Amino acid sequence: MAMTRDEIFAKVQEGLADALGKDPEEITPEATLMGDLGAESIDFLDIQFRLEKAFSIKIPRGEMVVDPSTLSNPDFVKEGKVTPAGLAELKAKMPHCDLTEFEKNPDVNKILDLFTVQTLVNYIVGKVN
Amino acid sequence: MRWFWIDKFEQFEPGKRAVAVKCVSLAEEHLHDHFPLYPVMPNALILEGMAQTGGILVGQMRNFEEKVVLAKVTKAVFHRHIRPGDRIRHEAVIENISEAGAAIAGTVTCDGEKVAEIALMFSHVDQNMAGMEFPEENFVFHEGFRLLLDSLKVSG
Repeated sequence: MAMTRDEIFAKVQEGLADALGKDPEEITPEATLMGDLGAESIDFLDIQFRLEKAFSIKIPRGEMVVDPSTLSNPDFVKEGKVTPAGLAELKAKMPHCDLTEFEKNPDVNKILDLFTVQTLVNYIVGKVN
Repeated sequence: MRWFWIDKFEQFEPGKRAVAVKCVSLAEEHLHDHFPLYPVMPNALILEGMAQTGGILVGQMRNFEEKVVLAKVTKAVFHRHIRPGDRIRHEAVIENISEAGAAIAGTVTCDGEKVAEIALMFSHVDQNMAGMEFPEENFVFHEGFRLLLDSLKVSG
């Protein structure tokens, strides 16, 4: 049976609260994982493991959040900015991310701000339903 | 002093779980400062013992080719003191492993009593540092750690 978006959000919220040591009410849909919730790089792997367990899914590398190898590819990032080819790659690989704002100033240092709680919920919705 | 916080492995099920023991001795110098007249093994070193038990378990899965480093202490709850003469038992169970790293759940006991519950995450550093390079030599799993496994005939 397909899960509702609310059910998915509740499980994502629980997983993030445990992984990041936060209260569940701090895990709002618009919160960014790094900026607002203080996630560090290893936390993304922790979150991945928790979501895999919670939803009985397998999350391939680079599917939920951007793969570090994409950011080290000179075709995709030049002088600190994500190139048009890089943006196309991100759109193709991560349809659950909304790139509208990011495209206006594709500063590579801001790329992880793309990942919010909502982004993860979008990803899981696409994955389980 | 050498940086070994486990003395030997008692059980080793590749890819699943490992049990290592550590005998605490009053000959360990740090115990005389922690604390004078009341020597107690620092919890941070108990945690390090679990990191060594779990890290070797994770490293063995990939034939010690990855540089496995402790990246996150997900949980560390301690229930009692460990004193000279105690023999502590670290049991590490692999919860998950991927190309990027692994998670283990650990339990520390002494004389059948629970000492600590420790959950750790390890990173395969070469897989996670885009653009950064580490020495080719595996500085994590040096010969000393492999000797710990020799008695159990675990390949590495």
